[in-house]
Amino acid sequence: MARLLEVQGLSARYGYVEALRLVDLHVNDGELVAILGPNGAGKSTLMRALLGVLPTSGRVRFAGLDVPRGNPAEAAACGLILVPEGRGIFGPMSVAENLELGAYLLKHDRAEFARRIERVLSLFPRLKERLSQVAGSLSGGEQQMLAIGRALMAGPKILLLDEPSLGLAPRIIAEILEKLGELNREGLPIVLVEQKAPLALKLARRAYLMSLGSIAAEIDPRTVKSHDELAHFYLD
Amino acid sequence: MWGVTAALLLYVLVRGGYLTSVLQIAAIYVIFVSGLNIFMGYAGQVSFGHNAFAAISGYTSAILTTAHGWSPLSAGAIGLIGVVACAFIIGYPTLRLRGHYLAMATLAIGLIAYDVAVEWGSVTQGYMGISGIPPLGIGRWVAVSDRAILVVLLIVSTLAVLVAARVRRSRMGRAFVAIAGSENAARALGIDVARYKLIAFLISAFYAGVAGSLFVHAVGFVSPEVFGLHMVVLAFTMLYVGGISTFAGPAIGAVVVTLLPETFRTFKDYQDVAFGVVLILILIFAPGGLASLPRLWSRREPEA
Repeated sequence: MARLLEVQGLSARYGYVEALRLVDLHVNDGELVAILGPNGAGKSTLMRALLGVLPTSGRVRFAGLDVPRGNPAEAAACGLILVPEGRGIFGPMSVAENLELGAYLLKHDRAEFARRIERVLSLFPRLKERLSQVAGSLSGGEQQMLAIGRALMAGPKILLLDEPSLGLAPRIIAEILEKLGELNREGLPIVLVEQKAPLALKLARRAYLMSLGSIAAEIDPRTVKSHDELAHFYLD
Repeated sequence: MWGVTAALLLYVLVRGGYLTSVLQIAAIYVIFVSGLNIFMGYAGQVSFGHNAFAAISGYTSAILTTAHGWSPLSAGAIGLIGVVACAFIIGYPTLRLRGHYLAMATLAIGLIAYDVAVEWGSVTQGYMGISGIPPLGIGRWVAVSDRAILVVLLIVSTLAVLVAARVRRSRMGRAFVAIAGSENAARALGIDVARYKLIAFLISAFYAGVAGSLFVHAVGFVSPEVFGLHMVVLAFTMLYVGGISTFAGPAIGAVVVTLLPETFRTFKDYQDVAFGVVLILILIFAPGGLASLPRLWSRREPEA
């Protein structure tokens, strides 16, 4: 299978702190890959490093090309779209305006815009009911749906999600993960960062475990028999 | 609201008098605050230094028209080019700063402009200031009377408000608001944050420049105090009283804050106290500013 995203020896630091150390990973075309690990393992840093927000060393290749460093806007233009931790929706704007901003890179292609927004609203019908509502007044779950919908409006070639389950009720998480599964089955490659490993492992084809800024293991979700096996990594 | 404004304007244009000059100042501040709203409201940045841009174009206009005999229009145009150039040179490095650091840097810009106006006596005539600045005019027509000046200012300020609304609705305006919401999220969507912050800064500096130039021609006089720190304090008050990040807020704020002290003139010594109390009451009961009141009321009704 073709390697879509390939990361080699990616390192990043905050001042003197080495936040990422020689990370190697890859995502094949059409795959849903989970990145698991405890708080502070460097998962969010890895997402930021992929987009080139941080100064990094190492290599990030996407669809055969080097992803530009230092300018996340260019990484987005390459098709790497991140749903950031904490959602980052634009609270004072309406749901519709948030979605319009998602399609920011589309400029004036009305036909493609209409196609994308129809897809997002059919995926999350709840957003359709709230188009004119101020985004800040949505519930947490709806805000996460909006954040994902907004990312989809950007026409991702790969969707990166940083802890989409954070602070949400289990029922809502299940609903959102189901939608991610649906998107993935349609062929969208997804990288899912999660602390809640059992949830992510149900969905993922492969998973990486992170610990202290590097990849501790690559796991095949089908072979994980019990949660104890995972707990071992968290407790290290 | 619009009815009251129209009635007030009609009254002033017919009667003339002292209120005309008060409204002139209000109209100039409508422009200044509308520009500030683009940078501070829509793009969510902070600037204590936009008075510097008003000073640059105000002084350019004053010097070129009095000492070199230029026409107000061409002097103003040169002033505005100077403002945008300065804003670019200042904005390019400082806009990498965030929050308090950006605020401090802009505060320094305002203070530097003030010091230059004071110290560069051979050109600016220091504390004395420059008087005898000719009024605005296009070709042979010159706005001499107070009413004519007010009409010119009203036209320009209306244009300024309309253009600002247009900017907000554009793709660029949405990018500004996205940056205000979350720089990281905006970047993740492909928005070039540094570039748009600079553009918002340049547009707002341009507005400040227009206001500065109009001010010296309307009043006929400029001194360092005219564009001092009090201008920043006043503009901030207008922005928050009117409603930051709203379409009509800057205009409402500018008019209300310039007119309020006048209406309290009967309180004599307590004029400033009464003014302060009203401002505090407005900010307590309409934290989103006066422009947000209709929305506040319409939201309250269904609950009752």
